Amino acid sequence: MTPPTGTASPRPHEPRRHRRALAATATVAALALAGCSSSSSGANDDASSTKGGLTPVRLQLQWVADAQFAGYYAALKLGYYKDAGLDVTIQEAGTDTVPIDVLAAGDADYAISWVPKVLGSIEQGTAVTDVAQIFERSGTTQISFKDKGITTPADLKGKKVGSWGYGNQWELFAGMQKAGIDTDKDIDLVQQAFDMNGFLSGDIDAAQAMTYNELAQVLETKNPKTGKLYQKSDLNIIDWNDEGTAMLQDAIWADANKLADDPSYATETEKFVEASIKGWVYVRDHPKEAADIVTAAGSTLGTSHQLWMANEVNKLIWPSTSGGIGTIDPAAWKRTVDIALHTKDDTGSTIITKEPPSTAYSNEYVTKALKNLEAQGVDVVGKDFTPIDVELKEGGK
Amino acid sequence: MSGERTSTEGLRLPRPSRTQVKAVLLGAAGVVGLGVVWEGYKALAPETGVSIGSTLVLPRTSDLAMPHLWEMWSRALEPVTGAPDAPPLWQAVLGACGFTLRTAATGWVVGVVVGLLLGMLMQGLRTARDAVLPWVVLSQTVPLIALAPLVRRWGSQLHVGTLAWPDWWSVAVIASYLAFFPVSVGALRGFASPDAVHVELMRAYGAGWWQTFRRLRLPASVPYLLPALRLAAASAVVGTVVGEVSIGLRGGVGRMIVEFGATGSSDPAKQWSPIAGAVLVGLVAAAAVALLAVPLSRYRSSEVQS
Repeated sequence: MTPPTGTASPRPHEPRRHRRALAATATVAALALAGCSSSSSGANDDASSTKGGLTPVRLQLQWVADAQFAGYYAALKLGYYKDAGLDVTIQEAGTDTVPIDVLAAGDADYAISWVPKVLGSIEQGTAVTDVAQIFERSGTTQISFKDKGITTPADLKGKKVGSWGYGNQWELFAGMQKAGIDTDKDIDLVQQAFDMNGFLSGDIDAAQAMTYNELAQVLETKNPKTGKLYQKSDLNIIDWNDEGTAMLQDAIWADANKLADDPSYATETEKFVEASIKGWVYVRDHPKEAADIVTAAGSTLGTSHQLWMANEVNKLIWPSTSGGIGTIDPAAWKRTVDIALHTKDDTGSTIITKEPPSTAYSNEYVTKALKNLEAQGVDVVGKDFTPIDVELKEGGK
Repeated sequence: MSGERTSTEGLRLPRPSRTQVKAVLLGAAGVVGLGVVWEGYKALAPETGVSIGSTLVLPRTSDLAMPHLWEMWSRALEPVTGAPDAPPLWQAVLGACGFTLRTAATGWVVGVVVGLLLGMLMQGLRTARDAVLPWVVLSQTVPLIALAPLVRRWGSQLHVGTLAWPDWWSVAVIASYLAFFPVSVGALRGFASPDAVHVELMRAYGAGWWQTFRRLRLPASVPYLLPALRLAAASAVVGTVVGEVSIGLRGGVGRMIVEFGATGSSDPAKQWSPIAGAVLVGLVAAAAVALLAVPLSRYRSSEVQS
């Protein structure tokens, strides 16, 4: 603002005019406020209110509605939560939402988050417990075009390596360090955005990609050279599950203190895990319907992309080798903790400096939930699971 | 806005003058010009952009980075998703614009009220001015990304009677947090702007603080307040869009921009619709404030440029 060039000389006012100006202002304000009261803002507005004897439960996701969370949306839509006596509200995340903080602050009853992202919070004193390890396998890969010749982590040496950071980088760093690469000097680390433009335009030789999302984004894009969509055969994919540096990802987290002190919360946790697993079983058996449920819940992803996502997420869960979906495999947990203790990223720090407390995970609730489900004849292992074939269309449509 | 001042009795709209027609034409030319620059740069600059050394100084012109305007347009006409009942993209964006505008308007109203009250307080009490003004300035240095999740969290713990605090109120609070600042500062300067002789005249008439305020300071502040209100409107829109992104509030253009941006590689034209929508919201907000200024035009003897 510049200094005043002159002063306003007040003239005697006619009260009538004055009122008119006021009236105009009031009208605008009234219009603005009238706008407020009208439309409602989606499904996740109605907070805790007990309806028909149901216990209100709030679930905090890591991101917005998409098939990565299909099981929870399916359980909600198909009434599995209601059958378990729970009135579940699913809370989506924004770019600055930390699900575990929301849980710890008491603004959610359960949260979905990756184990490595939570271990740091636990060391800082956040009391939360992994009560069901929904994703058994990691969906994180490092992809590159065939002509770069990157087939193993050791080949990343001297290359432009993309990393998302923000807790998504640990498997990549562990994998490179395991292959003998000095991650401070031997690679050209590129900050990767959450789209694949950097990879497609050549700024990144090998980019981080979740099998269920970014990989699909590349395969939905036209290769300018051939005029056709990129094919999986155009890519080399390093899968951290095969390299032995996979970490545990999507898990259901509960408040550890409440689990210990509040028996009704403990019972509710068991029911919540059971109904959620039932949702994931539905996603396994009905991937197409599950993808549609997520789209109906407000996801703006394209149809083929959504279905791809549901199918790839299924592959991370089924078949379960830990004794049933959600069961935490102590060996996988230990591997995750070891990487968290010993891998340094580009900032030179590790996720944690000492072993997490024993409350960091518990198989107690998921075991009971699986037992109940098996008694109902539900297949919680999915030994015969076979993924479907999804044909991606341009733009994921 | 043109500088001409018509002595309108009441709210009768003056016939469009040549300057106004010119303003509209220039505005339209600006939009067309922007399109020409976009397509011109895309046509002339190299596909890989312009780099100095290894640093990219001018953007790439590939269809991924800069889709053609007609691709954006045709994408806007297609449905948002492949779902059978999905509305066309433009319609979804327009709905989101309405949502964002409502939030921004609420934030603006709250911000203006708070800003005016603070301005009055600071004008009336010297101590208040010394105590509050530094905090007002300091408030704007708090990064929004730190503030937004906190506001949402506090909000979710509040209940007004049986009414739970809806998430969009949190975003409106964030918008008002940005909007109150220019208003309070503008109001403070405006209220203090009358000449000493006028203030003394009021005193000689035996007018009290309130009468002096209402008859002298408030009308004199209009030239200071109007630009402050415009700034507040722009801030409210920015605050709303950023707030929506930050807390992931569904319904507005902010959330749409991030969501579509995440699929920007495979569907690059899609994200430009909500970006255009955000611009539209800003224009509508600016126009609304300009309309607000019409009945106040007789007080605008010398508007301070913002």
